[in-house]
Amino acid sequence: MFEVMIFATLNGLVTGLLLFMLASGLTLIFSMMGVLNFAHASFYMLGAYFAYSISLYLGFWPALIVAPVLVGVLGGLIERYGLRRVHKSGHVAELIFTFGLAFLIEEAVQFFWGRATKDYRSPDILDFPLFTLFGQNFPAYKAFMIFISIAIFIALYFVLTRTRIGIIIQAAITHPHTVANLGHNVPLIFMAVFGVGTGLAGLAGVIAGPVLTTFPGMAMVLGSIVFVIVVIGGLGSLAGALVASLLIGLLQSYAIASDLGMPDLLNWLGVSFERDHPLNDIWRLTLPQIAPILPYLLLVLVLIFRPSGLFGKRES
Amino acid sequence: MSLLQLQGLSKQFGDTKIIRDVNLEIQPGEKHAIIGPNGAGKSTLFHLISGRYHVSSGSILFKGSPIHNRSPFEITRLGLARSFQVTNIFPLLSVFENVRCALLWSMGYRYSFWHLLGKARALNTRTEELLEEIGLHARRNLPAGELAYAEQRALELGIAIASGAEMILLDEPVAGMSHTEATNAVALIRKVTAGKTLIMVEHDMNIVFDLADRISVLVYGEIIASDVPSKIRGNPRVQEAYLGEVVPGGSDA
Amino acid sequence: MFKFAIWIIFAIVIVLLPQFFSSLLSVSILNQMAIAIVFALSYNMLLGQGGMLSFGHAVYFGLGGFMAVHALLGIEDGNYSFSVTLIPLVGGLFGLLAALFIGSFSTHKAGTVFAMISLGVGELIAASSLILVSFFGGEAGVSGDRTYGPTFFGYDFAQDLQVYYLAAAWMFIATLAMYLFTQTPAGRMANAVRDNPERAEFIGYSARRVRLISFVMAGFFAGIAGGLFAVNYEILTEQNLNAVTSGNVLLMAYIGGLGFFIGPMVGAVVLTLVNSVLSHYTTLWMLYLGIMFVLTVMFLPSGLTGFLMMHRTPWHLGKIRLLIKPYIVTAIPGAVFALSLVAMVEMAHTSEAEFVFLGASFNSSGPMSWGVLVAIALASFIALRRSLPQLREAWAQANAIETGDQP
Ligand SMILES: Nc1ncnc2c1ncn2[C@@H]1O[C@H](COP(=O)(O)OP(=O)(O)OP(=O)(O)O)[C@@H](O)[C@H]1O
Ligand SMILES: [Mg+2]
Repeated sequence: MFEVMIFATLNGLVTGLLLFMLASGLTLIFSMMGVLNFAHASFYMLGAYFAYSISLYLGFWPALIVAPVLVGVLGGLIERYGLRRVHKSGHVAELIFTFGLAFLIEEAVQFFWGRATKDYRSPDILDFPLFTLFGQNFPAYKAFMIFISIAIFIALYFVLTRTRIGIIIQAAITHPHTVANLGHNVPLIFMAVFGVGTGLAGLAGVIAGPVLTTFPGMAMVLGSIVFVIVVIGGLGSLAGALVASLLIGLLQSYAIASDLGMPDLLNWLGVSFERDHPLNDIWRLTLPQIAPILPYLLLVLVLIFRPSGLFGKRES
Repeated sequence: MSLLQLQGLSKQFGDTKIIRDVNLEIQPGEKHAIIGPNGAGKSTLFHLISGRYHVSSGSILFKGSPIHNRSPFEITRLGLARSFQVTNIFPLLSVFENVRCALLWSMGYRYSFWHLLGKARALNTRTEELLEEIGLHARRNLPAGELAYAEQRALELGIAIASGAEMILLDEPVAGMSHTEATNAVALIRKVTAGKTLIMVEHDMNIVFDLADRISVLVYGEIIASDVPSKIRGNPRVQEAYLGEVVPGGSDA
Repeated sequence: MFKFAIWIIFAIVIVLLPQFFSSLLSVSILNQMAIAIVFALSYNMLLGQGGMLSFGHAVYFGLGGFMAVHALLGIEDGNYSFSVTLIPLVGGLFGLLAALFIGSFSTHKAGTVFAMISLGVGELIAASSLILVSFFGGEAGVSGDRTYGPTFFGYDFAQDLQVYYLAAAWMFIATLAMYLFTQTPAGRMANAVRDNPERAEFIGYSARRVRLISFVMAGFFAGIAGGLFAVNYEILTEQNLNAVTSGNVLLMAYIGGLGFFIGPMVGAVVLTLVNSVLSHYTTLWMLYLGIMFVLTVMFLPSGLTGFLMMHRTPWHLGKIRLLIKPYIVTAIPGAVFALSLVAMVEMAHTSEAEFVFLGASFNSSGPMSWGVLVAIALASFIALRRSLPQLREAWAQANAIETGDQP
């Protein structure tokens, strides 16, 4: 039991931090531009695919640097030539644009790389168990993922609180209209924030690709969960996004690791049902089975009872 | 009995007190004006009465029953309509539809999805009449968002008065209008509020003294005087505070 | 009177259509269109008319459909017996119930919060459908048979053509009902709440209640579409209530044009057609669809219908013919440019050595064929760019209201 908990916690941490890497970019973009970027996870997917292709020629380490930069540049260009054009038609149009973009990127990925899963692997140098506990291995690559994620947050935190551009961004988040009056080039800042946000998503893709498998559906799998996170955390709140990411990561990880379910609950309550009971499916549910829907359940509950999210102040 | 009673009404945002212990009674049929310098809290007072903001403390009674912290639509249905200082219309709907929507509830259509608007003769006639009255008949098919500023103000007024509510709150109804437009609007206000109760925020003293039976002066969230126009004119505190000659240092900095 | 005539013509057209398109394939496309029209119109009750952007509208379509299949199964098992023509109503009522339940908490707010709840609920139900096997049938779905019910004036609905008349009749009724809804107080207030929910409250309406009514109506008609789907395909799977279907209906409504009642109908017809034709010719049709969608959002924000409606002013001014020539001058290089890009995409994708496109044969790995295509693309792009100023000029002229020189 104990070792299960430890590994579940570690795995939850890995997932949670990875999710936060996506969620932080999404939050920054939303706070600045008021756009919930539906295609955010698609940039994460692009990161994985770019890194895969680059690693074929140059290996993993150059890909770790180059792929996110490429993704970020692409993101910036899409902001400049696509999103900005749509901006004047309002937020709904922007949301729909990013929705279409997500659709398009998925198709484009299938066009360039095919439908099959890509054999994108972690570098050999990290291919060893970091430690062994109760006979179970913890891969070094996962530790590396944790390390990269935390390094990124520290960098992000530093940039946001200590640098000029960070201060401007923070000002733009709280007082969107005044920043332009101060003479800053707001469109350029927008493009940069979009580029950095998508670049972060790309980086998440680069490091997650080898673990979560690189296939055309990977954006869909993660995309809606990241959305769930930023909404649960409270749109526009970085702290909320962090808490929600870890919460969801751990929740899913514990649910998968546990072997509890409705049968246990019913036993405990001393109730039993015949096999042909019409709600049989429900009486036999187990936690691992419902792990994938937990985030959505949480989302709906949070939105019903606290529509602005856990840490949210602003609404749309 | 008074139609509207404000008792010990206060409102604060965070730590800033915007409305401080306001007491006010409005009699049926009264035309009441609220004046005061910018930022005094006049609009906030309207928002409290009409249910847009919740009160921090105190109570508001309309026809003897409490209405504070009720939703705007409930208050509206009781017969209290209002206009906004910042134009607040339905920009994509045509001018005609704006007015017609404003009439729907008062004419008993509620949430009906079994009446056809095109067949609602009384409703449509009333809408046309109102359009005529607010001088927007020629613009009836234009999306409201495309009207000129003064026309939008006229529509704002039209939406507020459409339901024929017993009590009407107008927040700077003629601000930004030209002199002739304002004169017309005042005549219109006088006409449609005949026999009704009116509370109006207005900066133009000529209009205020022309229309109002009673005037309250709001300064820093407090009513410093409430009286008939002739008395208000001579009140030294009012002259001092409202004309902003010397702002007294004392209590509220 | 004029409107009445339009509805008569609409009815005549849908009755006559199978006379002109009688092949098995075209009847099945017509059936798809009828279903898609109802679904897209129901979606627009939310987005276009009520300002509620939903990413989970397939939930009501799918739930209605699943219930309809179960109703078919009930008829088959002899639990009860009623005509298959009523099956869509079963779907509709179930969609309505589901919408009533979900709408009771999701219509608090429009905007981003609503969009997110719809997304969450959609994912939740799609994922649950794989778990709750007895109702949703797991991965395989649930299938039924539409021919067990009592015959309806001799129709046993064994053939697709008979299903077409059933679907067309329901489509006509649903379309008429949804149109009439836009003409009622609740329908008009839905527009008002879309524009300005706050002011709506100050004229006596609860914005939330107004949204809920639209939402429930939309659920009802989506359920009808789902019921029609059940009758037509006799099977429902998780596919029919997941995000892909929700995205599809958004696509149809948007490409067609949200601002007009007929917009989503246009979108449903065009996209159904494009899907079946494109998927016949190329495996990359989803890619083209994605590109089309993104380009529409960027360049035609009011959709195809909006684009057509832009021509009302020139039409009334009698200057539409000023536009004919510039349109042709722009359209030809535009089409050539698009086709040359498509050719390159297809050629890059093909695995065969010989690549045939529109009758022209290319060597798919030869630098010559690439050179030719790139040259054509460049030339047509330059011609396209050059033609644009003229088009803009003509457009301005066609819309200018001249004063003075008119008789
Ligand atoms: N939602 C709010 N949150 C915080 N402060 C507010 C809010 N609404 C109003 N205020 C503050 O309350 C004060 C009074 O505002 P209000 O709009 O009521 O003034 P007013 O008397 O109508 O002024 P004006 O003549 O300019 O219309 C202002 O200082 C304003 O900044
Ligand atoms: Mg004010």
